[in-house]
Amino acid sequence: MATTTTTNPPLATAGMASFRRSFSFDWVGLLPFTAFVTVFLLLPAWAIVYRGLTDGGGAFTLSNVLNLGNPTILQAYRSTVLVSVITAVSGGVIGGGLAWAITVGRIPDWIRNAVLSFSGVAANFAGLPLVFAFIALLGRVGLLNQLLRPTGMVIDPQTFLYGFWGLCIVYTYFQIPLMVLIMVPALDGLRREWREAAENLGATRAQYWRYVGVPILMPAILGAVALLFANAFSTYVTASALLGPIGQTFAITIVVANQFNTDTFGDPGLGYALALSMIAVIVVTVMIYTYSRSRAERWLRRAE
Amino acid sequence: MSRPKTAPLAWLLFGIAFVYLLLPLVAMLWASLTTPRGVTADAYVAVFSTPGFAEALLFSVRSGLITIVITTLLVVPTAYWVNLRMPRLRAVMEFFTLVPLVIPPILLTFGLIRFFNGTPLTNTGDGLYVLLIGGYVVISFPFFYRAIDAGLQAINLRVLTEAAQSLGAGWTTILFRVIFPNMLVAILNGSFITFAIVLGEFTISSLLSQPAFSPYMLDLSYREADQATALSIISFGFTWLIIVVISIVGSRRAGGARQIISR
Repeated sequence: MATTTTTNPPLATAGMASFRRSFSFDWVGLLPFTAFVTVFLLLPAWAIVYRGLTDGGGAFTLSNVLNLGNPTILQAYRSTVLVSVITAVSGGVIGGGLAWAITVGRIPDWIRNAVLSFSGVAANFAGLPLVFAFIALLGRVGLLNQLLRPTGMVIDPQTFLYGFWGLCIVYTYFQIPLMVLIMVPALDGLRREWREAAENLGATRAQYWRYVGVPILMPAILGAVALLFANAFSTYVTASALLGPIGQTFAITIVVANQFNTDTFGDPGLGYALALSMIAVIVVTVMIYTYSRSRAERWLRRAE
Repeated sequence: MSRPKTAPLAWLLFGIAFVYLLLPLVAMLWASLTTPRGVTADAYVAVFSTPGFAEALLFSVRSGLITIVITTLLVVPTAYWVNLRMPRLRAVMEFFTLVPLVIPPILLTFGLIRFFNGTPLTNTGDGLYVLLIGGYVVISFPFFYRAIDAGLQAINLRVLTEAAQSLGAGWTTILFRVIFPNMLVAILNGSFITFAIVLGEFTISSLLSQPAFSPYMLDLSYREADQATALSIISFGFTWLIIVVISIVGSRRAGGARQIISR
């Protein structure tokens, strides 16, 4: 390989390279990655968008998209968005509280480390195992009902588990650790000097948070909540494992899956229009997240 | 204003989250240990000898390892190149590592099936396996990329690269004998996360009719609910153990490395 050094000038001469930057072949190094992303991510996405906006023969049409006005679909969308908003807030509040506790709240280090590693696991703890866990907790013969038996009270799983509120309760479980993972770096980025400066100027703790802490963290919080929303919006396995066939009413992902698998609505283009609408929602959410993040980093960039 | 003690509010907030996160696990553990015949750990023993278990686990382990190799070869050179030569692209890469996180795997899978419809990739068993691995790489590379990117930020790439070049190393040598060894902890980190993701992945494998671990677990839950619950606990504990080990190894290695090549 030694001979190739002549064609790869040491980077120390990069000053000269500014002159040649416009002819740079640097992008060649990105080819494998770009090719992979194109084949396995962009082209499949394009296939969905294309089929969503054309009829079977390839002619442009909006009829697939207009058919989304179907009452079943609207109902599923309403429920999905509500569940996503509720769990983004519930997970955001509980997870944000936990993140605060293990950073600013100065919980002992070993607990902080345990919480962080646990969050890494629990944020990905979705699907079947998570549903098993909540059935074991809230099911008809679950732990809570066993414990409540002496009191004569019963927690009805039809209300609290197998339906709208069940989705909220179960999703919150993986939203909390995700919030922790996003917010801890932001909270760690709050400089001690800011607090000291505020205190030197006579601010109380409440005033410090009201006028310094929360405004600085706000973009990070908004971004985190956007990501939590997208996370709940995209959830499929957890919903379908928990609800089975009736899930169609509650989760848009289940409607999509049913439509693709068995053409529930008898309209082959509709599945793609559904998928297209979901991609649109997610893209908007990601844009909110990205924007918030760039705002957040302005303040919270780590000390160089 | 030095408050070395933990704030009471912190304990309260920690307590609330602790209860929410732990109760379902406790319930699951309890459910897996109690049977009509009393408390027993039978399910934990039986689960390993149930027909189909070894095949499904092996299938997913093999797929996980293949995914890790491909992701490593794809992500490490790319992240290195972006950090070294095209730092302005970091924001673009950030975006591409975010999209797979939020795009539901179900859309990804249907998109793949739709796009490759009628080609050998959807017509043959081997083709479907290629799609499966491709899907696995897509859903795991964001985590991998972030691990590697953080690792690259921590070392002085420019100095390492120039030192290697001045000793006559070409790009292949630099990548495989300088960057990879320095990124070992980050690669391990990303690998374990990838492994956990592949092991728990359900949507892609079931839609492509592949005999992976999670579809097996669903099947098992219909037949032997106790065993499926036991298996969930085992995999949760296993994943946590791995992450704890990584963080311990990672902090040791990073502490040592920082003294040698700090920014």
